[in-house]
Amino acid sequence: MKVIYQKPESLTSTTSTYCPGCGHGIIQKIIAEVIDELNIRTKTIGVAPVGCAVLSYNYFNFDVTEAAHGRAPAVATAIKRLLPNRIVFTYQGDGDLAAIGTAEIIHAATRGENLSVFFINNAVYGMTKGQMAPTTIPGQKTTTTIAGRNPEIHGYPLRICELLSSIDGIRYLERTTTSDIPGIIATKKAIKRAFLHQIGNNKGMAFVEILATCPTNWKKTPSESMVWIKEVMEKYYPVKIYKEPHEIIK
Amino acid sequence: MKTKLLNGCEASAEGAISAGCKFYAGYPITPQNRYPEYMSEKMEETGGIFIQAESEVSSINMVFGAAAAGFRCMTSSSSPGISLMQEGISYLSGCELPAVIINMNRGGPGLGDVTPSQSDYFQATRGGGHGDYRTIVLAPWSCQEIYDYTYMAFDLADRYRNPVLVLGDGLIAQMYETVKIKPKKRRFPKKNWAVDGCSGRKPNSLKSLFLTPGVLEAHNWKLAAKFAKIEKREVRFEEYWCNNAPYIVVSYGTCARIAKEAVDRARKEGLNIGLFRPISLWPFPYRDAGAFIKNAKKILVVEMNLGQMIDDIKIAAANSSARLFFYGRPGGGVHDPDEIYKEIKKK
Repeated sequence: MKVIYQKPESLTSTTSTYCPGCGHGIIQKIIAEVIDELNIRTKTIGVAPVGCAVLSYNYFNFDVTEAAHGRAPAVATAIKRLLPNRIVFTYQGDGDLAAIGTAEIIHAATRGENLSVFFINNAVYGMTKGQMAPTTIPGQKTTTTIAGRNPEIHGYPLRICELLSSIDGIRYLERTTTSDIPGIIATKKAIKRAFLHQIGNNKGMAFVEILATCPTNWKKTPSESMVWIKEVMEKYYPVKIYKEPHEIIK
Repeated sequence: MKTKLLNGCEASAEGAISAGCKFYAGYPITPQNRYPEYMSEKMEETGGIFIQAESEVSSINMVFGAAAAGFRCMTSSSSPGISLMQEGISYLSGCELPAVIINMNRGGPGLGDVTPSQSDYFQATRGGGHGDYRTIVLAPWSCQEIYDYTYMAFDLADRYRNPVLVLGDGLIAQMYETVKIKPKKRRFPKKNWAVDGCSGRKPNSLKSLFLTPGVLEAHNWKLAAKFAKIEKREVRFEEYWCNNAPYIVVSYGTCARIAKEAVDRARKEGLNIGLFRPISLWPFPYRDAGAFIKNAKKILVVEMNLGQMIDDIKIAAANSSARLFFYGRPGGGVHDPDEIYKEIKKK
């Protein structure tokens, strides 16, 4: 019998605690698929964030360490410098990377650390039940902006790809979406490119921002959430390549 | 055995290198700037990694990563920087990761000043971070000792999978003394828990988050058993003339060295006085201090702060009728042996 589909080896059989329709499930699965396809499972080290995805060490079937809130790029920096032949990635949400951990990501990028960074932007704090994130869209209702984010009071959303695009140490920078199947396929390609960049010993950081759903905190159904990414988030956060990974793909 | 003329920062760094330290991350702060400068050269020479981080927050989390990967690693800083590291130290202890932290204590609170102080005693021994954890704390009083204790700190950290803090101060950081250098350590304990790629084994994960009811409590009890073992095995102190002495001065670190001169002088004048000097500030030598204090009449605690170790002496002296006195100087004030001598005479 020919196997045409199976769970990636890089995922454990643990039942996920993510909510129905949560973007983490999709993204962690395609990360696991890419790691299998590149045959790097036994040399990959993941650094988990604080937030919903902290539990990813239960789901990934390879070495994973926790990091304090926002500090994953600092933790990953040391691991990669000491183990240059391993593949090291961080997986971080918007509270983790774009609020409390802005210094760590900016300086890891500035130093040109040879890491793959996956930044999951769902415009809200998930694990703490839906407070405003730095990436919350103007008008978006959260538990700390119940009338909707008002830029005059709460400030404007932070566009991380645009911010990082001026940093020389970043060599590959792309924003993708998970709002539909073509978007998910493109996201998987981007994740693969980010790993290939590191595997090829190309200097500098590969960074992929992925727009993702949080139906529970958005108070939407999973399918409404997909539509909201497409119609609202993608307007504010354009899906595009900010820096081409020139020398990566052979 | 080689001998080198080194200041306290350099001596401690050499101790780390002798102990096989492969990773240093740090951020400049007076009075320990020589530390990152020295390490930037020495890590390159010895095949290690040096990173000048963007903050002490980042330094300690880089150290977390290096420890997670299974390497001997360290950072150094001074008081305000050590405050910023407390979250990271709590995570190191929670995840049971070995690492060495050097604090060249300066005057506080706030930005304070850059002169020697012992005002971080509470922070060091009570754990400035969150959660029920302990940090092993060693207090050297010379450049040779900061070399030796930094070396020892790496072994203790690995043995107990726990962070170890070497508590120096602005004085030891800046003073030069000759230091005997040991041969380089070549054999290290195996770290089968490290996250270095799961080739030929099951995946490892390092975490301090335990959400299932009862699991975190069990984890804390496991840590408690470890801390109890450390309290039993790793108590260190030194005493001079304390046996049956009616008068005892208690002091630690460079302050104890200054106090010793005053005690020496008083003894030369015929006073039966001893000096008790805790070296491990945690675990604190309660039993040993208590044994000497038990029969003493008067105890003088001398610290470069407003009185922090004195709380531990109160615990150690619980069964003693000795009267307790304190002579401290906060905010970067450094005692003169003459001052302490006068204080001894007064009491």
